[in-house]
Amino acid sequence: MKRYISFRDFDWILLGFVLAICAAGVLEIYSATVGTKFAGAHLRQVYWVLGGCFVMFVVSRVNYHVLLDQVPWMYVVSVVSLMSVLVFGQKDPGARRWIKIGGGIHFQPSEWVKLVLILAAAKYFADARQRELTVGDIIKAGMLVGIPMLLVLAQPDLGTSLTYLPIALMGLFLGGLRFKHAMAILLLGAMMAPVAWHVLKPYQRERLTSFMQPEADYHGSGYQVIQSLIAVGSGGIWGKGTGHGTQIQGSFLPVPQTDFIFAAYAEEHGFVGALALLLLYFVLLMRLVQNAQTAPDRSGTFVVMGVVAVVTFHILVNVGMVVGFMPVTGIPLPLMSYGGSSVLFTFLALGIVMNIRMRRFVN
Amino acid sequence: MPLGRDEKVPQLRLTAVQYGILGIFLILVFGLWRLQVVGSDYYSQLAEKNRIRNVPLLAPRGKILDREGRIIVDNYPSFSALLLRDSSRNVLNDVDTIAAGLHMDPDEVRDRVKKFAFTPQYQPIFLKDDITPDELAFIESHRNELPELETIMAHRRLYPKGGFMAHLIGYVGEVSEDMLNSPQWEFYSAGDVVGRSGVELSYNDILMGKNGFRRALVNSRGKEVGRLDETPAVPGKLLKLTVDIDLQIAAEEALGDRNGAIVAMDPRNGEILAMVSRPVFDPNSFAVRIKRADWNRLVTDDDHPLLNKAIQAQLAPGSVFKVIMATAGLQEGVAQTLQVNCGGGGNFYGRYFKCWVVSEHRTHGVVGISKAIYQSCDVFFYTLAEKLGIDRIAKWANLLGLGQKTGIDLPNEVSGVMPSEEWKIKNFKQKWYAGETISVGIGQGAVAVTPLQLARAVAAVTMDGKLQKPHVAFPDELAKYGVQNAAKIQSETLVPIDPQNWETITDAMAQVVEPGVGTAPSAHLNGIDFAGKTGSAQTMSNALAKRIGRRVRDNGWFVGVTPRRNPEIVVSVLLEEGEHGYLAARASSQVIKAYVEKQRARQNNQNLYRAAAAPGMEHLPVASEAVLTAVESRDKAVPTKERRQLLAEIAQPERRPDAAATAGLKPVLPSDEFFEMAGFYGEPDPDGHGEALHAARFKVILHPQAPVGMAVGR
Repeated sequence: MKRYISFRDFDWILLGFVLAICAAGVLEIYSATVGTKFAGAHLRQVYWVLGGCFVMFVVSRVNYHVLLDQVPWMYVVSVVSLMSVLVFGQKDPGARRWIKIGGGIHFQPSEWVKLVLILAAAKYFADARQRELTVGDIIKAGMLVGIPMLLVLAQPDLGTSLTYLPIALMGLFLGGLRFKHAMAILLLGAMMAPVAWHVLKPYQRERLTSFMQPEADYHGSGYQVIQSLIAVGSGGIWGKGTGHGTQIQGSFLPVPQTDFIFAAYAEEHGFVGALALLLLYFVLLMRLVQNAQTAPDRSGTFVVMGVVAVVTFHILVNVGMVVGFMPVTGIPLPLMSYGGSSVLFTFLALGIVMNIRMRRFVN
Repeated sequence: MPLGRDEKVPQLRLTAVQYGILGIFLILVFGLWRLQVVGSDYYSQLAEKNRIRNVPLLAPRGKILDREGRIIVDNYPSFSALLLRDSSRNVLNDVDTIAAGLHMDPDEVRDRVKKFAFTPQYQPIFLKDDITPDELAFIESHRNELPELETIMAHRRLYPKGGFMAHLIGYVGEVSEDMLNSPQWEFYSAGDVVGRSGVELSYNDILMGKNGFRRALVNSRGKEVGRLDETPAVPGKLLKLTVDIDLQIAAEEALGDRNGAIVAMDPRNGEILAMVSRPVFDPNSFAVRIKRADWNRLVTDDDHPLLNKAIQAQLAPGSVFKVIMATAGLQEGVAQTLQVNCGGGGNFYGRYFKCWVVSEHRTHGVVGISKAIYQSCDVFFYTLAEKLGIDRIAKWANLLGLGQKTGIDLPNEVSGVMPSEEWKIKNFKQKWYAGETISVGIGQGAVAVTPLQLARAVAAVTMDGKLQKPHVAFPDELAKYGVQNAAKIQSETLVPIDPQNWETITDAMAQVVEPGVGTAPSAHLNGIDFAGKTGSAQTMSNALAKRIGRRVRDNGWFVGVTPRRNPEIVVSVLLEEGEHGYLAARASSQVIKAYVEKQRARQNNQNLYRAAAAPGMEHLPVASEAVLTAVESRDKAVPTKERRQLLAEIAQPERRPDAAATAGLKPVLPSDEFFEMAGFYGEPDPDGHGEALHAARFKVILHPQAPVGMAVGR
């Protein structure tokens, strides 16, 4: 086995796309926060991105098989940390999501659990030696992802808990889910929906429904949706120009630098700009899938595809929310939305992908 | 079958994932296309509505001046509380807080919000007008908690105190929904303040300005962050009335607290010089928003305080009608030779008609036309009426303008009634009975006139038949403002009256106030050629009086002129339940006296007036242009130091011009090189809202060059 791996095999093209998206994000964060109490956020975002790059390079040197071997106890630590958040976490209006570490740093475990789940699912499905999954496999995989999901849901953080779901679905699909089992899962999901509805908090229900009829509650939960639609729609084909988005600059769309960064971007850069950005994301994802194909083994493919699933889901839910197709769930847009946890998670995940790519010829 | 560790994930499934991602992205692109390409215009409008707020700039109404340029109706700055609906808040949640702070009923606030629910959202709702300083402070201190509350400075009407000239001026109010549905008001919108009666109504188009608006950029908290453009408000125009404040004061004082009306007119051109009606109302209570209880009290009052009795009371004229009878009798050639022996009454058509004189236990004896007028002999006019017949009486009464509207430029004038055979058949489907003519002969029966009609008719007789159309505005002033048919408010009709008949009647009218001769000797004015005719009219039949168990006293009438022929002024007085015509005559004489004295004072000061007349001035001013110049040339009107103090005072909302300043408009006749008067002058408002007004007394210095005024204290 050849021990040497080289940065010559590092996916510089992928990194190029990633940094292009980050640049657009930093620019829009600057435009959205200049003159507000969040002014300077774009600089912090730059630091996060640089830190992310550093983390990515470091992680890319770590053999992913080592990580996969450590997955069992990482999974246990994850579940324990999620439980401790429920017990000791900081109340962030109505929900416990953060643990104060000290020194002003807040730790949000649910973001890192995502990564652990990607690895855990990859290990689980790669180790399953059957061409097709049995019902027992499906149930075990469901529990693997389901336990952390329920813990996050209890925080309550519906949005983040939903981001775990595509990891399981992607694993099942690639792991050889039979058609009748897929149908059974869908049916079960449909039957569970009314039960889940009852479990949800009223504000969560409101968010889930208000996107369909935002005018019904103009001044309540529908406000953000309406203002986001106005921002995007009024951007038109060519946009209003950086720093000239009236919805953003007049702060009609509240806190646009985080979850609604895409609305801000679409207002100022129009349909053309938004299309270009989506194209960047699409190329990025296709590049990731290509990396999955060239992965040296099954587990590498599953890890990369897990990342693809999570990133795609984030884009779908976030952009879908901005254009009014999806409810407001508080899911950030990867690489663009302001926030350290999200940036670091993405780069960490990309670092693992890089490692898998660099090992494509290693056997 | 077990898989090897290195066996790859099937390529087909990875490709399927790629297509899945493509599908997701196409859906997202479709969402963007739907909003940004298809819905772009719609959302752009919404975005504009978000950030642009229209702030109305209210136009002040035009001032109303008297014929000499003295201010009768002015404006004062007052603050209104507005409710903005284009902010991002649900205002209904704050109703209770707002209502408490503004001392309003929460339901009233909700009702107003509902009432304006269908007007465009960017239009603010007027919550409360003329707010007090503590309510203003409440709004200012809750800018953050209640960003939807806003204040606006408006110019409000400041009317003379105590109902002075109230009926003629009228009042303003919010345009009602009923009005908006009529074609006259179709271009107005809900919330507009318009004239509701009097001059305020008939000349609303001149007096009302055009509101402007400022388009301001706001952020999500409704805070102004910039200005786009401004359509300035166009203030209403000045309206100069034909009324003379000096005569108005004399008329108000002459009538006192008694119910009735006085109208003074220049019979040479129909200009109304004074118009009073009693009881009065205070139009200042309408200037803001009248309370429902106050309004109900006004409309249910039996004395009808809102009625302008000078043009809206239709009453029997009593013996004043004998002037019209005499004209008809002489012109028809019947009265010249008519001699009647008055024995206190007479039989006509089988019924005995009394002469008023029997109540004094005497008779008139042999009566000709002159004595019949100045002694007001009923028997003579019964006989004359019998000889003339109703249609010949009606012909002359109609020629003199009775039974029809005078056409004065005031709203809701009534036409009165002048009966005739045709009138009776038309209205009662009954034949006219000759016996009814007898009562008409002394101005009773079905005859009903307004004080203005009577003034006009009697004036026409004393003017050799020149019947004028009365008016309160100057046609040439209106023409300057581009009012169509402005000239039509003044017109003259000639009623053919022979000179000898004219002389007979006017000489007899002069005898009326002659001591020891006429019916109103106590109204005699020394050294003034005063002529007129008394009247006292029964307001109900004796039978009706018996039935209600109370005798309503007669109405007293008098129409007087000076001089007796081609007079300069005619004064018509109605004293409801005034009993005797001579009481009305005294009131009339007071106004006549005030007029004559003013004219004489004027003539004695010819030099002064000549000096004051600036080049191009048509009329000799008492104040007019001089005062206006004083008001407008602010630098000269008020010393700079005083100006600064005034600005500081105007900045305080609780400092309002005192209405007393206008009410106390006592005329100071020019005695020397200057005279004093009360009035208002404008100052640029410190907030940039235009002009703030301040009450002051002006000393107007008359000077060969441009007149200069200065304030002499408040």
